[in-house]
Order: sequence, then structure tokens, then C-alpha cells
Amino acid sequence: MMLCKLSLKNIKKSFKDYTIYFFTLILGVAIFYVFNAIDSQTVLLETKQSTYDIIKMMTQTLSAVSIFVSFILGFLIIYASRFLIKRRNKEFAIYMTLGMGKRKISTILFIETIVIGLLSLGVGLGIGVILSQLMSLLVANMFEADMTNFAFTFSKAALIKTIIYFGIMYLLVMVFNTIQVSRCKLIDLINSSKKSEKVKMKNPIICALIFIVASIILGYCYYIVSVPDGASTLTLKKMTVIIGLGALSTFLIFWSLSGLILKIVQSIHKVYYKGLNSFILRQISSKVNTTVFSMTIICLMLFVTICVLSSSLSIKNSMTANLKELAPADIELMKKRNIPKELQADYGYTDGQIESSYQTIKESLKELRIDEDKYLKDQATIHVYTDETVTYVTTQGDNIDSMKKRYPYLDYTSPEIIVKLSEYNKIAKMFGNDTFTLEEDQYMIIGDYESMTTLRDEALALNTPVTIYGKTLTPKYKKVKKGFIEMSSNHITDGVIVVPDSVVTVSDDSPQMEYEYMVANYKANDDKTREEIEAVFTDTTYEEAHPDVTLEGTSKIAIYDASVGLGAMITFIGLYLGIIFLISSAAILALKELSESVDNYTRYNMLRKIGATDKQLNRALFKQIAIFFLFPLVLAVIHSIFGIQFCIFLLETFGKEQMLASVFMTMIFLIIIYGGYFLITYYCSKSIIKEKRV
Amino acid sequence: MSQILKIENIEKYYGNRSNLTKAIDGISFDVEEGEFVAIMGASGSGKTTLLNCISTIDRVTSGHIFVAGEDITKLKGNKLNKYRSHELGFIFQDFNLLDTLTAYENIALALSIQNTKVGDIGKRVNEVARKLDIQDVLQKYPYEMSGGQRQRVASARAIITNPKLVLADEPTGALDSKSAKMLLESFNHLNKEFKTTILMVTHDAFTASYASRVIFIKDGKIFNEIRKGNQKRKEFFDKIIDVVTLLGGDLNDAL
Repeated sequence: MMLCKLSLKNIKKSFKDYTIYFFTLILGVAIFYVFNAIDSQTVLLETKQSTYDIIKMMTQTLSAVSIFVSFILGFLIIYASRFLIKRRNKEFAIYMTLGMGKRKISTILFIETIVIGLLSLGVGLGIGVILSQLMSLLVANMFEADMTNFAFTFSKAALIKTIIYFGIMYLLVMVFNTIQVSRCKLIDLINSSKKSEKVKMKNPIICALIFIVASIILGYCYYIVSVPDGASTLTLKKMTVIIGLGALSTFLIFWSLSGLILKIVQSIHKVYYKGLNSFILRQISSKVNTTVFSMTIICLMLFVTICVLSSSLSIKNSMTANLKELAPADIELMKKRNIPKELQADYGYTDGQIESSYQTIKESLKELRIDEDKYLKDQATIHVYTDETVTYVTTQGDNIDSMKKRYPYLDYTSPEIIVKLSEYNKIAKMFGNDTFTLEEDQYMIIGDYESMTTLRDEALALNTPVTIYGKTLTPKYKKVKKGFIEMSSNHITDGVIVVPDSVVTVSDDSPQMEYEYMVANYKANDDKTREEIEAVFTDTTYEEAHPDVTLEGTSKIAIYDASVGLGAMITFIGLYLGIIFLISSAAILALKELSESVDNYTRYNMLRKIGATDKQLNRALFKQIAIFFLFPLVLAVIHSIFGIQFCIFLLETFGKEQMLASVFMTMIFLIIIYGGYFLITYYCSKSIIKEKRV
Repeated sequence: MSQILKIENIEKYYGNRSNLTKAIDGISFDVEEGEFVAIMGASGSGKTTLLNCISTIDRVTSGHIFVAGEDITKLKGNKLNKYRSHELGFIFQDFNLLDTLTAYENIALALSIQNTKVGDIGKRVNEVARKLDIQDVLQKYPYEMSGGQRQRVASARAIITNPKLVLADEPTGALDSKSAKMLLESFNHLNKEFKTTILMVTHDAFTASYASRVIFIKDGKIFNEIRKGNQKRKEFFDKIIDVVTLLGGDLNDAL
């Protein structure tokens, strides 16, 4: 009973010290709940089966991510509680000198953890439930469902899951606390507050050298990832090396800067000996000195956060923006044509499939008993031809050697895709793309996957001639023209050669005519009929009845649903991880700062005694904490400037138009969470250093 | 000689009406410019409270304290801080040096808080270091110095601003006897050569014997006051011991 009272009083007394801990726990619980409750909100949405599948996949992924998140949070909580215990060494020393056993001290901590755990779970879940109502708006927005039937949602499953996960974390904390207490020696506890810190000065010349070396390494990494040529040649192995180098140079920069900045400012007497500057600088440099490693981790975590948040937020927006452009027609049917008998064994085609491949799409539809005239209008057909002699090697011409040197991993042997001009113009018109004319001895290339088309531009600029079906053609344009023949949610067309009709002298049953595409719109005036027709084409019973008919297709609605779901999934996972990373790094920084508040109290009090004004002291404290928080952030932002460029490159197929807006959104997240932690740290520290008047 | 410090019937109470502790119960005395005054008393006699009131770390319940004619019990806010940084110099038992700064920076800090011109700082620090014979340790950190050196650095920090009054709270409390003697010699030197006014609180008779006047406090009241006059330090020490004996067992630890 006495122990219980003691624990409760301790919590009440040290509430100020626990603020950050509480804040972090509550945030952790709330966010954990919110993201695990998403599936209960999506149930409310009226969605199609295809969307429903994606939502299912999303919630499964989110719960997998939750395990990862719980590991991060678990480490964070244990780390934080260790900090708090260290702060209370003196208190434990008093208990022990009074004859209290270690078991009893552990019991006190045990009760404290339970109380704090229950409180934080209660408050966190409360906030989580409220936040998840806001989240449901976001969910509805993501899946583009109307929220007319908005209802208060509460997820029992998420609640239980949160309680179990955090329960386990708190149990681990208790175990760690017990271990720590049992390891304590009384003499260390009593002396712990008397340890005066040794100031290790680093050799400024070595610092400067290391700084220069680290900057060069970092500059090299930046160069590699942000120059498009460099970025596209990155293999996984090379990427790992770059990441490793980046992390190492980050560490070295922090290591050297902590010594270097001090030396530089020290040499500028006007600044160094002005007001409390010398004190602030020493405070920071001594702290950075002892926290180089955590600074590096925090910096890298912030970097990942910024990149993940801004690219995941942009994917969804870009995808939606792309769809209008990339899926302009209602449906596109595709058929593999003219499979030669010789290939049957190699690819495992059935006799029926081979026979069917000599049918046109129209004939196949008839066989499937789908009434084309009843459902479709504006049909346009395009055939895709290949010529074994025309490969990437051919189209690159004289440029091929330099290309192979730069991009060794590209497949240069696969045949290029060739289409007839008249057919291309027909579907280009359907898609709303530009149409073209060609002279009899000219060709052109269309495409929209920019990192690939820029490579083709090089060859086109050299006026590379290509011989197709025995006829030599020269490029009409020096650049790849924008266009595509296949509907998709992304820019994936890396290059299609368009030639005059007369060049293609291939018969309709030749294996050189590889594919047939048919683009069409539904004969429908409203969404309902459109959905009905969509159902006809997606009905799998046709396929089951006619397994030999190899007809594939994509529809606007399918592309749309898939990309909406994918976009939402990426956004949610990005948000989830980004916020957790942000919280973790900010919390570690805040704890580091506050853990020294006792030292700070004596130091600031000393300054007060020798006449520093409260205003001077508060300003010094503000500067000290602000610089401590800004230090890793600034480097992380610089990293991100280049990192985001790499993300843009990676996500190019999704489009990059929306990056600016999402970077802005990321900034807002950063300011709210990171800034929030900064302010709490500042106010906590301020109240700690406040003069204690009797 | 002009009066630096004038204390007029100050009282300091702690607690509430039902349980009142009178830490200071009507103390009055004056300190002249260039004097070296020691205040002696047992633990709990009120000497530290007195020092805290003079240094404005604590507030008096009633009475007035005049420093150079100004009533410091009426000061508030920034004026208070200005008073502390311009009129007072502090020396503490546990040195209170900032462990992250070098000796030089610790001393310079007292000036930069007052926004002294950067050009002057170096000259003044070197000057005061010469006075206290600590030129050799200026570039060292507190943990690299001996206790005596630290306390002399703290003293340098206290006097560099040319304060009207230097307050020392048990300055020899954490020093071994040799360092204590050296420190007190430098106090004497500062007092004689540079007319620094020092008010020192101690419960150690040896330390007190370096002062020119000793005020004894018991239970928040002035119990006795003796002056050194032209006596030798040893004679003055014996006299102090006499008073301590008179004070009773409370101050036995002074020996």
C-alpha cells in the first residue's frame, strides 16, 4: 500500500519530466489505433468488388506494417523509460540508504509503469477514436466514395489490438526496468549527480579534413542519385553502397562539425564573446559531441520521413491526374496473334489457343457470344508487328556502343514494336493524342516513359536510319513524340516505331504480326449502363466456357479502381511510417535534451547568480534547443533535396507533376510534429531552469 | 570612507502563522568601502539566509538593505538582474564554474553578460588573472584544475566586473587547508591592494581570521562583533575562538 502511494506521488511530482514520455506514448497509441481502424471505416463505403479486394490487401499490409511500427515504438518506449530511470538515480539512492530492497524499488517502478500505461492507453485511445473520424473523411476521399452516410465509427478489433500490442511493450519496459534496477550499485547512484563532464576537444585540423572528406563523399552520392544518367544505372548493389556511404558521411559530418563549428565561432571574438553565446555554443557542442551517433540516426530517419511522406502523398495525386490522360477510352481489348506451331512446345500453348490466335478480336468476340454492336462504339484496331532484324541495337545505330557502356543491364536483343501509321493515327485520335504524317522513307517513334525516351532521343538526333522489312527509313523527328498504344495507369510506353503503311508487307497470318489491339467506347450514356457493360466484359464465365480464346483487356473502370486503391494504399502506408518515424526521431531528441535538464538547472542557475537576466537565459535556452533540433533537420533537408529527385526518377511512371504540393504537405507534418516536440521540450526545460524561490 | 552596505533591521520568516521560523530576526549592520567582513555562525543560524537576502536570491520579510545608497529590497525584474551583474560579485563554496567552458571563458562570461565590448574583454581577463595568479590555467577546463585554482578562477569571475561588493559563501568549504590559505591570501591581497569590499560567510574560525571584522550570528540575531584592528592574524584567531567558545557547543565544529 505504501509502495502504491509512493508510486502515485512520484508520477504526480515528476509529471513535468514525464511530459514528453506521456506525449509520445499517447501519440503512439492514437496513431496505432487510427491506422488499424481503417478497415472498419472502409466497410462503410459503398464500393465495387475490385476496390474491395484492394482495401482488403491494404488493411493486410497495414497490419503487417503495424508489427514493424510496434517494434520501433517498443524500442522508443524502452529507450525513453531508461532515460527517466537514469534521471531518478538520486531518488533510488535515498530509498536504498533507507534500506529498501531492490525488489521493492522494482515494484514501485512496476506500479508506475502500470499507471502510466493505463493512463496513456486511455487518453491515447480516446484521441485515436476522435482522430479516426477525421481519418474516415480521408479514407472516403481516397477511395472517392461519397460520405453521405457518414457515421461515427469505432473499431473494437483495433482497440483490442492496440491494447495487446502496447500491453506487451509495457511488459517489456517493466522487465527492462527491473534489470536496470537490479544492476544498480548504491555508490554509483549517489555519485551519479557529481560526475563532472570531461570536455574532449577534437583536433580542429583533423575535424576540418574529415569534414571535407565527408562533404566530398556526400557530394558524390548526391551527384549519383540526382543526375538522371547516374540514377538509371544504379544496380541494387551500387544503391546499397551509396546508402552506406551517405550514412557514413552523415556520421562524419556530425562528428567533425561538433568540433569545427566551435572552433570557427571561437575565432570570431565579436560573436563568441557576445552575451551568452560562448555558453550556448559550448552547451551544443558538448551535447552534439556525445550524441553523434543518435544525431546520425535521427537525421537519417528524418530524411526517410521526408522522402517517404512527400513521394507517397504525390503518388496518389499524380495517379489520379494521369488517369484522364492515360485511360481515355472505355475499353481496350488485346489479343496475342499468329502463334507459330513451332513455339507450342516452348510456351505450353494448347492447340485451341494456337488456333484461336489466328482469329481477329472481332471473331473472338463472336465466338464468346458477346454482341459487339450492342455494347461497343467508336472501335479502332491496331496491329503490332515485329521484325527480328529490328532491335534496340538497330534503332540506336551508331550510338549503341556508348549506350551499352552506360546501361549494361538493358535488354538490347528484344525486337522493337512496329505499327502502321494509319492504324496509329486512328487510335491516337481515340486517345486524344496527336496524329502524324510520314513520307514513304520516314519513320518516327512515340512513347511516354521519359527516362527511356530520352535515350531514344539521342539516336534520333543522330538521324539513325533503320531498315524495316527490307526498306531503309530515316527519322522524321529528332525526338520521340508523346503517345501510347496501350491504356494503363502509368507512363510505361518506352517506344513504338511508327512507319508508313506501305512498309509493312506482312500477311495477316504471319507470326510477325504479334498482337492486335482494339480500342472502343461503351454504348452508354450514364454510369449505370457503363457499369452493366463493364460487367459483361469482366464476366469470367465466358473465359471458363471458352478456355482457348486468348482475349485480354483493360477497361477505364478497372484501371481507375486499381490505381485508386494502389494510390490509397501507398499513401496510408507512407503516412503511417512517416509519422511514426517523425515521432520517434523528435522524441529521442527531446529526451536527450531533457535528460540533461538537471545539469542545465545548475548551469543556468549559476548564470542567473552572476547576473544574467531571465530574458537572456530564456533566449539562450531557446537558441540551444532550437539549434539542437535544427542540426539534424537541416542535413536531412539537404539530403532530401537530392533524395526526392531520386524518388521522382523512380516514380516517374506515376508522373511528377504533384510533387510540389506533397512536399508542402510534408512540411506541414514536419512543422506540426517536430515543431510540437521542440516547443514542449523548450517549455519543459524552461520550467526546469526556472528560479526556485522559497 | 563611504558606506557600501547598510542593513536596517531586516527580518526573514519562513512557514505559516502556526509554525513560524525566524531565520533572521532583526539584524542591522554596516559595511564600509574596502572592508573585509566575515559572518560566522553555526548551521541554521541564518548566515546563508542573510547572504541570500543581500544577493537578492531571497527576499526579506521586512527591513531594508541599501547597497551604495540604493534600497535593493525594492528592486524588481531587470533592475534586479542588473544589480546582480553590475554591483555584486559571487564566490560559492562549490565554485559554480561552468564545466563546459574554459577558465578564460568562465571569467569572460561575467563581462559578456553585461554586454561589455569584445575588445575590452581580453585585456581585463588577463589583468584579473594576473592579480589572482591564474594566468597558467586560463585555457584549462574546470575538471583539469585543482580546487584552489577553481576557486581563484571563480574569484576572478566575481571581481572582473569591478563590483561594489563581493559576496563569498563558504569559499574555503571545499578546499584543503593549503589551498584555503592561498585563496585567503589572495582575498587579503585584493582587499588591501585593490580596495575590494568582501563580505564572507563561514563557520571556520581560521577562514574568518583573515577578515578585518567578524560578525557572529546566533538564532537569526547578531551575537557579537569583533574587529581585528592592529592585531596579528594569530591573535585575532584566538579572539575569534574565544567568542566561538562563548557561543556554546553549537559552533564547535568551527575548530
